[in-house]
Amino acid sequence: GEKLVLSELLQPIRPKSALSSVKKELTRAKQKKAVELPLSKEEAKRVVREAAYVRTSKDVGKWQQVVLQNRRAEQLVFPLKQEIATVVPLEQMASAWKARTPLEQEIFGLLHKTQQPITDPLLTPEEAASLQAMSLEEARQRRAELQKARAVQSYYEAKARREKKIKSKKYHRVLKKSKRRKALKEFELLHKSDPEAALAKLEELEQLRMQERMSLKHQNKGKWARSRAIMAKYDLEARKAMQEQLARNKELTQKVRVELPEEEPGDAPEEDLASVTLPTIPAGASGANPWMLGKPSGPAEEPEVQESLGDIAVPGAAESKEEMEEEEVSEEEVSEEEALLQDFAQKRHMRQQRAGSPEGQGADETEAASELAGNSPIHPICAEEQASTGLEQPPQAQEEVLLSEQLGRVRTMEDVETLASEEHVEEQEQLAAARAEKPAAARAEKRVQQQEGGGAGDRRAKKLPAKKKKKMISLQAVLAGKSQEVQCPSLPVVMEEEEGGVDQRGVITEAFAGDDVVADFRREKRKAEEAGKPQPVNLVLPGWGEWGGTGLKPSTKKIKRFLLKPPPAPPRKDRHLPHVIISEKRNIHAAAHQVSELPFPFERHQQFEQSIRMPVGPTWNTQRAFQKLTAPRVVTRAGHIIQPISAEDV
Amino acid sequence: VPRNYDPALHPFEVPREYTRALNATKLERVFAKPFLSSLDGHRDGVNCMAKHPKSLSTVLSGACDGEVKIWNLTRRQCIRTIQAHEGFVRGMCARFCGTSFFTVGDDKTVKQWKMESPEYGEEEEPIHTILGKTVYTGIDHHWKEAVFATCGPQVDIWDEQRTSPMCSLTWGFDSISSVKFNPIETYLLGSCASDRNIVLYDMRKSTPLKKVILNMRTNTLCWNPMEAFIFTAANEDYNLYTFDMRFLESPVTVHMDHVSAVLDVDYSPTGKEFVSASFDKSVRIFPVDKGHSREVYHTKRMQHVITVKWTSDNKYILCGSDEMNIRLWKANASEKLGVLAPREKAAMNYNQKLKEKFQYHPQIRRIAQHRHLPKSIFCQIKEQRIMREARRRKELNRRKHSKPGSIPVVSERKKHIVAVVK
Repeated sequence: GEKLVLSELLQPIRPKSALSSVKKELTRAKQKKAVELPLSKEEAKRVVREAAYVRTSKDVGKWQQVVLQNRRAEQLVFPLKQEIATVVPLEQMASAWKARTPLEQEIFGLLHKTQQPITDPLLTPEEAASLQAMSLEEARQRRAELQKARAVQSYYEAKARREKKIKSKKYHRVLKKSKRRKALKEFELLHKSDPEAALAKLEELEQLRMQERMSLKHQNKGKWARSRAIMAKYDLEARKAMQEQLARNKELTQKVRVELPEEEPGDAPEEDLASVTLPTIPAGASGANPWMLGKPSGPAEEPEVQESLGDIAVPGAAESKEEMEEEEVSEEEVSEEEALLQDFAQKRHMRQQRAGSPEGQGADETEAASELAGNSPIHPICAEEQASTGLEQPPQAQEEVLLSEQLGRVRTMEDVETLASEEHVEEQEQLAAARAEKPAAARAEKRVQQQEGGGAGDRRAKKLPAKKKKKMISLQAVLAGKSQEVQCPSLPVVMEEEEGGVDQRGVITEAFAGDDVVADFRREKRKAEEAGKPQPVNLVLPGWGEWGGTGLKPSTKKIKRFLLKPPPAPPRKDRHLPHVIISEKRNIHAAAHQVSELPFPFERHQQFEQSIRMPVGPTWNTQRAFQKLTAPRVVTRAGHIIQPISAEDV
Repeated sequence: VPRNYDPALHPFEVPREYTRALNATKLERVFAKPFLSSLDGHRDGVNCMAKHPKSLSTVLSGACDGEVKIWNLTRRQCIRTIQAHEGFVRGMCARFCGTSFFTVGDDKTVKQWKMESPEYGEEEEPIHTILGKTVYTGIDHHWKEAVFATCGPQVDIWDEQRTSPMCSLTWGFDSISSVKFNPIETYLLGSCASDRNIVLYDMRKSTPLKKVILNMRTNTLCWNPMEAFIFTAANEDYNLYTFDMRFLESPVTVHMDHVSAVLDVDYSPTGKEFVSASFDKSVRIFPVDKGHSREVYHTKRMQHVITVKWTSDNKYILCGSDEMNIRLWKANASEKLGVLAPREKAAMNYNQKLKEKFQYHPQIRRIAQHRHLPKSIFCQIKEQRIMREARRRKELNRRKHSKPGSIPVVSERKKHIVAVVK
């Protein structure tokens, strides 16, 4: 008898039960909670809104960086996107447009009648036909040719420009020479091959020469030439340039002689010479000797010219002849005032001898002054005469110098080849001539002769400017007609020399001799110091405790008691600065313009002061820095539409 | 020209520059002549204006008698007149390509017009007319797509090709006075309704985003064209509020200076400033980050200014007012118009820099800030200052005489926000 248990009976069934899954599900279902109620419509909307807002905020937030950057930007240029303006072709515009009003239609009708094209292509039939006349191949060829020609031309131009820029004189000289040589060679070749053409060319050359002769080119009339002529006396370079110019002229105006078989070769030099002389005469007279122009006495000029003429015309002439001529000239000059002058000179000579004073070299002026001082009551006529001699003498000397220059030049130009051997002889002769000249001049004024015993040429040249000055002064004196002014012809010279030595500082100190700025400042500072000291306060009341009235003073005891002495002021800030006054009084007028409290964005007053201290103006900054410092924050361009920022702009 | 910049040779740089700055400031005031011209021709108050997106010289205006005029600013002439609506023209906007424009009126219609004047013999007719169920009070066009939005009791977003709105966005029931597309993130919309709120919408999800309730009603709002999340609202409580749309709990800046309701606001295309039109018969220009205006424009004849626009070249300001005129002003009162020589330009920049550098100096600030105001505005400003002072004093006193912490300090910015609704 075993007992049966239900579970045992069921045991074999359990694993195969189809209900187990159901059971599982049942248990699972038991674990799950009930579904919540759906949200109300309002709530649902709110959720959606919130989600959308978060998302949109995030989307918009991506601009944060850009916005901050733009807010902080030193400079913003609007419009942000710089667009390039495009030109709409005319055809497009025309095709879009149509005539509507009667007037427009009428105009259109007229245009159509003449077959005027309105839309693309903008060509009349004739134009189209003419375009078609030339084939493409031809056109291309022609274009290529033109292109090539243009290119070649541009190369050539570039080359010419480059060559023109070369500064070297030597290069140009060589170039010119080579050109000339080449031309000559060509001409010779032509002469051999084609005599006719050569003749024609010759004819042309002749024409050119004539033109040159007619023209004033390469002569002494130009501005440059005149300036050179003035400079020629002092400047060797100028002189050389003048000579070159004259040579050039000669060369250009020379008749071209080609040794044709039938012509005589001997003729040429003579004709040559003739052609040369003509233009050079004026050059010699007026160009190289500007002093002659300014000279008051006319007659002396002409013989000189003649002389020079003769010199140039006959370059081989002996120096002796020259000397003779010069002597003659000087004599002629003298002859006019001879009587008076000689008379006067003799008188003076006598006087000098009487005085018996030994005279040193170059003591001309001092001597004259002493002389005048010695006999103060000078006869007016006598003084005038003296002046006139002063007037007369220096030009002569100048003439001499100039003349010698001229002569020398002519000689070097033309006679160097022929007279090369006789050079040293010539020099000697020149010296002799110079010596010979002196007596001639001395006849006009013997005193000069006395002084110039040695007669060295360079010393004379040195003296010359001084003499010139003297001459000018004396001229004035003559005009004024006063004897007193004649007295001191030499004084101004000395004065000027002195003035040259005085320096700028001296002048300034002299000009401001009256006011002593430093002392003034010191006084001012002392005054400021005094004013800055605290004043004692007087509280004395006369009449209190004693008799008062006119003529009665409060007692010293009282004064001592009631005169309050303030404590000494703090030491002045400028006590160690002798040239500075520091005023520590606050200026009310200035205070109105000053910032009283620190403005908002600044955190420390140093920052603010820093921002003010730095100047931005062009007075203190370079142009570049100024532009940078004053660049505006926002730049807009007139007439440009500024579009809102877009993702492409960033 | 070579110059010696040794500072020893050019002493007193600060006083000298200060003098220059003072002179520059004075000259600025001397040359401040902002009024350019008045465009007259409307037969009723100008209610709305629109800029041409592609042409600087063209501007459109709608009046209270339903008339729309197109003006040429260079000639200062009206070039076209359309009787667009019966009753007010409530709003208008140009299409982004500049070929046509939309108007909405009191006659419950939305009309699309061609920008060009009708050809010879053609009649002046709108391209499309949409007849709605309610009055539309405002319209704005999408900046890139053929979509526009109108507002009335709800914000409707329309496809240009359809006569029924793509979607209608509502949140509560009240008349919405203005709707504006964001010019940068073009799917964003902002609107303001007469129940004192400002609502933002997202066009992609066709859902509202958030709502701010202010103390008083907002008349218009305008998005900053350079900063996607910034917009400014012109409020009835005489103030303007610049909001960051991500943080609507408090405005970024409160702009106060007007003495009456602010009716319209428009941003300069550079996004640095905006101009506001007010019922107090004046126009003011505010820097975006400043609480007070830098400029106030008024004339004797200008009445309540209803609408204002800043031209897209950042040079001029247009304002339409009650007394039927549109006025053209310079945006920068003392600016010299026309081409400037390089030296002039350099001098101008230098002066500007100097004014900026010495702006905190009392005399310079005094001169730069001095403006003449009509008596009405001047008195009202004074009055309001007194009122504000009294209020402040009272609050201080209350705080003083009550338990510490029981009366919290509320910042000016937070004061005007009633609630933010999610």
